[in-house]
Amino acid sequence: MTPAALKRLGARGVNVALLAAFAAFASFPFAWMLITTFKQTPDLLDPNHNPFVYHQPPTLEHLRVLFFETLFGRWVANTLFVGISVVVITLLLAIPAGYSLARLSGQIGEKLGIAIFLTYLVPSTILFIPLSRVISTLHLQDSLLSLVLVYPSFTVPFCTWLLMGFFKVVPRDLEEAAMIDGLSRFGAFVRVIMPMSIAGVLTVIIFTFTLVTQEFVYGLTFITAASNLTLSVGVPTFLVRGDVYFWGSLMGACFIASVPVAILYNFFVDRFIAGFTVGSVKG
Amino acid sequence: MRASANIEAARAPSKAERRSRLADNEQWLGRAMLAPAIVYIIALVGLPFLLALAYSVTNVTVGNTDVRFVGLENFVDALHNPTFLRSLRNTFLFAFISQGLVIVLASFLAAALQKDFRGKWLVRLLILLPWVAPISLGTIGWLWIFEPIYSVINWTLRSIHVFGPNTWPIWLGQANLALASVITVHVWRLLPLATVIVLGGFSSIPQDIHDAASVDGAGFWRRHFQITVPLVLPIMLVAMLFGLIFAFTDMIVIYVLTRGGPYDTTQVLASLAFFTGIEGGNLAGGAAYALFLFPLLAASAVFLLRVARRAEVV
Repeated sequence: MTPAALKRLGARGVNVALLAAFAAFASFPFAWMLITTFKQTPDLLDPNHNPFVYHQPPTLEHLRVLFFETLFGRWVANTLFVGISVVVITLLLAIPAGYSLARLSGQIGEKLGIAIFLTYLVPSTILFIPLSRVISTLHLQDSLLSLVLVYPSFTVPFCTWLLMGFFKVVPRDLEEAAMIDGLSRFGAFVRVIMPMSIAGVLTVIIFTFTLVTQEFVYGLTFITAASNLTLSVGVPTFLVRGDVYFWGSLMGACFIASVPVAILYNFFVDRFIAGFTVGSVKG
Repeated sequence: MRASANIEAARAPSKAERRSRLADNEQWLGRAMLAPAIVYIIALVGLPFLLALAYSVTNVTVGNTDVRFVGLENFVDALHNPTFLRSLRNTFLFAFISQGLVIVLASFLAAALQKDFRGKWLVRLLILLPWVAPISLGTIGWLWIFEPIYSVINWTLRSIHVFGPNTWPIWLGQANLALASVITVHVWRLLPLATVIVLGGFSSIPQDIHDAASVDGAGFWRRHFQITVPLVLPIMLVAMLFGLIFAFTDMIVIYVLTRGGPYDTTQVLASLAFFTGIEGGNLAGGAAYALFLFPLLAASAVFLLRVARRAEVV
């Protein structure tokens, strides 16, 4: 082998080793959830057992407990309900706002767009105390509607920003042609621009949904009844009873609630990142 | 009948015309389409923020009807409270150490991910998992990994004889180990975001620059650190600022892993605000603690805008 080929092989080896190490670090907790889910409890709770192998045959007992003896199913349903409601509200508010910022508001549009994006950075940790009083004044405590009302406050800013980017790249000529053909400005938006922006809308749906499944602070603050929680709050607070951890069921719950959404999200992640770097990457 | 139908017919076009004029009036339409989103954001972000400011200068608690204005008392009390000062210190410590590590690791990882290879989508999916999965659930995975008796880390280190047979470090129960554990989880969680942002920056560098450098004989890693990294520095700053903002404001990792313990040694502003304001019912105190985050965030946001603007001009 020539020295150059050796060098190339070496560089490739470094690359592979780096990626393997990072991938292992990133995915280890999830792999660990999966291994734990199917292990029998006596096998799990023996500090002398090699934790990487099964000393007793795998079991589905933990999943049975999870689905039939805990509120896990209920939390899945609650999460879906909140997720879908928030997606609908977000689309209704963010689509017109994104289009307005992209096309109709001129110079001010640019600045307003940035201002709206910045509100996404105002964290729930500053707002949850006053909002908890607002929610109790509205008698929405312990109700999923409190989450449906509040979650759009962080999904709308980010999604408006993302959609603004999508609408900006649709050529203006298309709308102008449609308007010459007799459609109104608004008609051109609905009939011409919207069908071309389906990818953007789909992206927004996925992100809104993942943001909802990730949210924790508001859920923890507004809701105390176990049966009205969403997954991200219910699993860490109610699957741990007193000091007793049901590790098998707990890990099963975490794995089921995180990995499918992650796979779905993976298809859209580039668009999401474009949202973060708009303005800092030259177009 | 016929006459009135005629009148209707005569009126109808003018109505439709007016409507179409409204639908064509750019300024009117633009405002009407933007207004609902702005109103929603003002109602649920702007007003609560003002309410937080108002709470922080009163003595309001849950169930207290005699609310008085107390000026800056809550803020002054906070600065005399050792738990608060510890939390403030921890907030900075966690955010800066974890994001320092993240940006260094991300520049290596993004470089390794630049080339195309078979199975890249799988590697990318695995690396993105921590960012995409709900934080609270990913953190429970770590809670099990750091378990005092059954920790897989302890078992592994004992079996390769790094630890003696009677060494049982309690990751989340000893102050220094707990700090290290929290930082590890923050790095784990925010590395994917930084990596993908930096990767986006790398791919925006024109290929000619790389070609010119390899003609001059620079190897991949040398090219990477002498040419690529300086060129994407603004984007790395953007990645780091987002990471800092997320790390500053996070309370989930602390809530799930340590609840601020042992003895408040891992408490941060956000979790302290929660325990004080919601679990303790002291709304005014909690609001004041949380507001200490605001200058940090405002500074980060201003800096972010500066960097973004400069990068666009370059």
